[in-house]
This record gives sequence, C-alpha cells and structure tokens, in this order.
Amino acid sequence: MTASFFDDTHNLARKKDYLVLRAGLIQNIRLYFFNHDFLEVETPLRIPAPAPEEHIEAISSEEWFLQTSPELCMKRLLAAGYPRIFQICKCFRDAERGNLHLPEFTMLEWYVSGLNYLRLMEQCENMLIEAFNKMGCEEKIIWQNRNINLAPPWEKISVAEAFSRYAKISCDQAIADDKFEEIMADCVEPHLGTVQPTFIYDYPSAQSTLAKLKNGTPDIAERFELYIGSLELANGFSELVEAQEQRKRFLDALQARARKNWNNYPMPEKFLSSLEQIHAAAGIALGIDRLVMLLTDTKCIDDVVAFTPEML
Amino acid sequence: MYTASDLRKGLRLKIDNDPYVVIEFNFVKPGKGQALYRTKLKNMINGNQFERTFRSVDNFEPADLREKKMQYLYKEGDKYCFMDNENYEQVYLTEEQVGDANNFLIDNLDVEILLFEDRPIGLTLPNFVELIVTEADPWAKGDTVSGATKPVKVQTGYTIQVPTFVSEGEKIRVDTRTSEYLTRVKG
Repeated sequence: MTASFFDDTHNLARKKDYLVLRAGLIQNIRLYFFNHDFLEVETPLRIPAPAPEEHIEAISSEEWFLQTSPELCMKRLLAAGYPRIFQICKCFRDAERGNLHLPEFTMLEWYVSGLNYLRLMEQCENMLIEAFNKMGCEEKIIWQNRNINLAPPWEKISVAEAFSRYAKISCDQAIADDKFEEIMADCVEPHLGTVQPTFIYDYPSAQSTLAKLKNGTPDIAERFELYIGSLELANGFSELVEAQEQRKRFLDALQARARKNWNNYPMPEKFLSSLEQIHAAAGIALGIDRLVMLLTDTKCIDDVVAFTPEML
Repeated sequence: MYTASDLRKGLRLKIDNDPYVVIEFNFVKPGKGQALYRTKLKNMINGNQFERTFRSVDNFEPADLREKKMQYLYKEGDKYCFMDNENYEQVYLTEEQVGDANNFLIDNLDVEILLFEDRPIGLTLPNFVELIVTEADPWAKGDTVSGATKPVKVQTGYTIQVPTFVSEGEKIRVDTRTSEYLTRVKG
C-alpha cells in the first residue's frame, strides 16, 4: 500500500460530516421541488451539440461532448409541454479548476413556464430559505467569519448599480476597456452577499447567449446571478425564445470560439426548431457544490466532494 | 510554450528575459465571463515578487533552467567561485545569489549550480554536510540533562546548537534544509 493510499483514505474519512450534510441538503431540495409541483427529469450527459458559449468549453467524448449544462434538452422538454421541471446532474467544463471550480461538478437546474427573471429570483429565494431552514439555518449563515442574514427580501441590485457602488469605473467603461471580469472579480464580487444574499441582475448581453434581451436595451439581458458570502451560486434568466435571434447569438459565440481555436460545435438545430413552442419561461442553474461549501463553512470545493480529479 | 491553463504553483516561466517561479496560483471565473488566472511570481535572479493576472489567451515561454554539479573552490571579494567538474570551467555567484547557503559552504563541497540559459543564478547544497567545530565551550561534568544543547561555531563561522557533549575539533553532520545538527562523525 502506498503513502497516497493512506492520504486518500484519510482525506475521504475527514470529509464525512460534509458529505452527510450534502446528502441531506440534496434530499431537502428534491422535497421542495416535489412539494411545489415540479417534475424531476433526466437528460443525457453526452450530447452532439452543446450550446455555444464564448467562455465555456465542453470536454469532447468521441464525436460528441459531455454537457456543460442540461439547458438545451430541458428547454426542449419545456417546449413539449412540461411547464415545471428540475434536474440535479453532473456538468463538465474543460480546464476549470480552482478553489471554486471542478471540471466535473453538480448542478441543480430548473425551468418554469410563464415566469420572467424577476419572479424567478423570488422563487429561488423561497426555495433556498426553505432548504436552509430544513438544514437548521433559520436566520443566518456564518461563512468564513461573515454573518449572512437570511431574512427576506434579499438584496436585489443591477449590475450597473453594483459597479457604481463598489468599483471606480462604470460597468459600461469596464466593458469598453475589456476589463469587465477583472473589475467584477477584484472590486465587485468581494462585496456581494456579505451582509445578506444578493441578486445582481441586468447583465451585459455579450455574456448572456441564451437570455432574453431587456426590452429596448440591446446591450442588456434579463439575466441575474445570486451571490451569498461573495460566492457566486446561481445564474438565471428570462429565456430567449426567438429562434432567429438565438441562431444569431450562437453564431456570434461560435465565431468568438473559433478565434480562440476552441472546439467547433454543430449548430443545435433540434433545440432551435423547438424554441418557437416556448412562449415565455425562465430558468436557473445553481451550483450544488458551492451551496454545500456555504453550509459547511468550507472555502475550497475539494472539501465537499468525495473525490477530486487529483485523487483518482 | 505554456498556455494559461498550464499555470500552477512551482511552474517556471520566462518573462521579460528573466526566470520566474509561480509561488501562488488561483483560478477565478466570474459569471459566464472569461477565466482569470491569478498568480504571484518570484524573480529567480533578484527575488522580487509581483502579482499578475493572466487570461486564457496568454501564453508563456518556459524558463530554460537546469542544474549542474560543480565544486566550491574559494571566495574572492564578494564573489564565490565554483568549478564545473566536467570541463574545469569556473563560474561565479554573488553573495546575494549564495544567500544562506554560505553557512554550510566549505571548500571542495559538491553543489548543484542552477543555470538559467547557461548563466549561473543560484545553488542547491547537498542535504547533509560535515563540518568541523572550531569553537565550543568545554563539556562540564554534570551537564547530563538529556536534550540540553549549547551553541558552537563551525568552520564556516556559522553558530549552531548541538548537544552539550560535542567538543572543539570534532566533526558533526548537519541537515542543510533545516540547519539542524544530526550527529557526530567519527574520524
């Protein structure tokens, strides 16, 4: 037996409390959706045509790809008359590894017909408050020495407002200077969700390939992110349901990807042709691993999964 | 060539013609935006450190670094002279480049000289060296408390804690990584 055998065994044993909590949390989330008339669905992990996004790269699997999110298949179900669906599944993203990233991670994704992004934020808030309560967090969460007050309503501010509050330059200027991510990560994110959970909404449309544009503002999409304790937890939006516009946005993303020599994906035609059947809907993806980090007061994603790629 | 996704702690890169080692690394990726690779880099020649954030489109040259076994000959002014055991060529390191290794550098010691593009920039000592004690207080009968130590001076001028029974003129083995006494050496 090698030293690393003992290290790994010790490492796995050490995580037991976290993994027990993780299993309980997932049960409680399922229960919420079950009690609120959602249907749990399963869609394939291995797909021929992932949604082209400029900054998310899929891992290829023979001629196909491992999903980066279950989004396209779930929206095809939505289009086919499944108005309230959720899924807890594995997603895969190439070359994403850090304290908050694993190349294989667990996503909770749900879609609701007839909602827009503002209503979806409220529903997300209700779901999490109920799940937190079931896990014994009634009023607050303490994460990395921060006391986060869970009392509703949670803070909701626009991305532009968050920049003007926390950064020295405006969101528009940051985009013009090609510094959006740097300013976001360095100046804005550290403040988000540190007193109470924060939704930031109305994102630049360039980073919202599948989101509906906000009426009359071509640069802004009806998209939001949820932060708790400066951890980015969930991303949601009003679904873009115009096939023509969606095709154009996919083409833009495919071109941007080609310039970086990233994988060339086929156009997801079946998804595009189903899109016109959706009238209005909103959907959201929430990182389960990070939610467990929050509830276990851990600062590294490695602590809340049994195995990291390095342990295999 | 390295790309940003190769970045990790310990990676050695060439930036602005100097070798750097990554001493801290983190991957961040806000929202659906592009990935940022946060690093803290240390210049392997002058020790200067700075933080820099890279993006996935960035790429880097690896630093051409290798080690070669050489023998320490002598110190002249503020230069330390070493001889390549293969071709008898002599190379020099500054006091700054030798740093604390100076405490254990004795004549004719074989060391690994770190070369950056064939230019010497540092050295690694063997893990263990044997040094002669040049100054030590005599051992007094009664100093028998187990674990008791006293400071002695060795031939390089360095002062080290040893058990009280070690006396002047004796040879001791020292771990250069921890600067700690290990044992007496006979003969």
